[in-house]
Amino acid sequence: MKVVGSTFRYGDNVDTDVIIPARYLNTSNHAELALHCMEDIDATFKDKVQRGDIIVADANFGCGSSREHAPIAIKESGVSCVIARSFARIFYRNSINIGLPILECPEACEDIKAGDRVTVDFATGLITNERSGKSFQSEPFPPFMQELMAQGGLAAYVAQGGLA
Amino acid sequence: MGMTMTQKILAKAAGKEEVRPGELIMANLDLVLGNDITAPVAINEFPKFKKDGVFDKEKIALVPDHFTPNKDIKAAQQAKAMREFAHEHEITNYFEVGQMGIEHALLPEQGLVGAGEVVIGADSHTCTYGAIGAFSTGVGSTDMASGMATGKAWFKVPSALKFNLTGKLNKHVSGKDVILHIIGLIGVDGALYQSMEYTGEGVKNLSIDDRFTIANMAIEAGAKNGIFPVDEITLEYLQEHCPRTPQIFEADGDAEYEATYDIDLSAIKSTVSFPHLPSNTKTIDTVGEVKIDQVVIGSCTNGRISDLRQAAAVLKGKKVAPWVRALIFPATQKIWKQAMSEGLFEIFVDAGCAVSTPTCGPCLGGHMGILAEGERAVSTTNRNFVGRMGHPKSEVYLASPAVAAASAVTGYISDPNAIEEA
Repeated sequence: MKVVGSTFRYGDNVDTDVIIPARYLNTSNHAELALHCMEDIDATFKDKVQRGDIIVADANFGCGSSREHAPIAIKESGVSCVIARSFARIFYRNSINIGLPILECPEACEDIKAGDRVTVDFATGLITNERSGKSFQSEPFPPFMQELMAQGGLAAYVAQGGLA
Repeated sequence: MGMTMTQKILAKAAGKEEVRPGELIMANLDLVLGNDITAPVAINEFPKFKKDGVFDKEKIALVPDHFTPNKDIKAAQQAKAMREFAHEHEITNYFEVGQMGIEHALLPEQGLVGAGEVVIGADSHTCTYGAIGAFSTGVGSTDMASGMATGKAWFKVPSALKFNLTGKLNKHVSGKDVILHIIGLIGVDGALYQSMEYTGEGVKNLSIDDRFTIANMAIEAGAKNGIFPVDEITLEYLQEHCPRTPQIFEADGDAEYEATYDIDLSAIKSTVSFPHLPSNTKTIDTVGEVKIDQVVIGSCTNGRISDLRQAAAVLKGKKVAPWVRALIFPATQKIWKQAMSEGLFEIFVDAGCAVSTPTCGPCLGGHMGILAEGERAVSTTNRNFVGRMGHPKSEVYLASPAVAAASAVTGYISDPNAIEEA
């Protein structure tokens, strides 16, 4: 599966409090959460984001709280994947569990600027930046995670006999 | 090659002789935790697992502590959804307002976590229980739902960092200063995916409450867990609180660590994390003049009885600066009652502090102490990210209970040693 999108570019240590501030956690409604996605780091994000767009960030993306509302808000905003130099571990786990593709690729993060059009091939882990013409290889997901994501996340995976 | 303490506990939980860093394992869980923010998301997911019910109604803990007592209608709806789920599935360890406390202070106090046990919680500070020799780590709501349905979770076995502690803490210096010092040293992703394992002769000089505080903030260094060896202090605590036999695991002599840090406890000064990262630390002698508007003493990090005693020792016979709002949050009902019977509330109230029922409220900018634009708080909580306690242009400075209390008195971030004792 391939996705193509325009990029939003952020720095190091984007925490879950800026991805979805706790003041909006009095709901678990996905659409409502998406209305406040990235609000405290990029107030115009929700107005600019288009279906398929890609978030690119530096180190330790998603650090802080375990709130699954963070990857939910990102996914519900229409973002097709997040590429970062590294991810905080709970965010990483949560993203996989809800089926938000995330890729670690420091080389791609070095090259990609805000607004670049980027193509990502999940099967191969290949990331291509249209502006620079460069391609970058990220680690594809191990087979059981690919299966988990193909089935739409952890719940469906377990229902179909995973984790048995 | 030997195993670390964490690796040994995970091997046991996976039914394996040994595990290696990076290995993916399926572990049996002793407890699954959720709160009024994370459990509702898990409850929505739960039916999708197509299980008849929860794996064990006694091994799930549901604690409405974040937006409770209910802060608004939406929060009330979420708390109600969790309450109804708890009743429907006959969850033994559901704690209603009036019995509830801040989850990571409450669970060990209620004996729900013991040494050598494996706990996941849909709250990032679940790593707190490493203080009593358990493996515990924060997960999201889907993992929580999966844990409730299956009693299992997959883990990648972590590699480890070793913290060799020596010496003894100085007066007015506590576990909070130790962990802020360490986070300042290694950074907010300094232990990413790893376990932080504490060892050395200095461990015996740390109270169980100091250890809870240190293990609690492992996540602020990006760690999977933080863990202390089980010693006499741990066993004394467990004997008082936990009915189950402790399962004691020790790291092998030849266990492998990615790095070893020698920490001399006697050299640690009171430490403050400046906005907007816990790793942005300064020692108290270098903070400069920082005028504050609010002080918060409490949370899963620092709401235990020894924290309240340290704050009271500084506040006794003093007044809170007229421009400061000082808020005290004992972490559980038991701690609340003990603080009351020890006369700590009289000290706090005479000083001009407000004392609250247990809640996570202000720590995450939920309720009970939100900051306005441009305001600054000194807080014994665990995060100082942008907007954490309110307005995106407010600031949080993380500190120990003693520093927070001293700062409440002067109205500026202050060294408790500079406050004359009553």
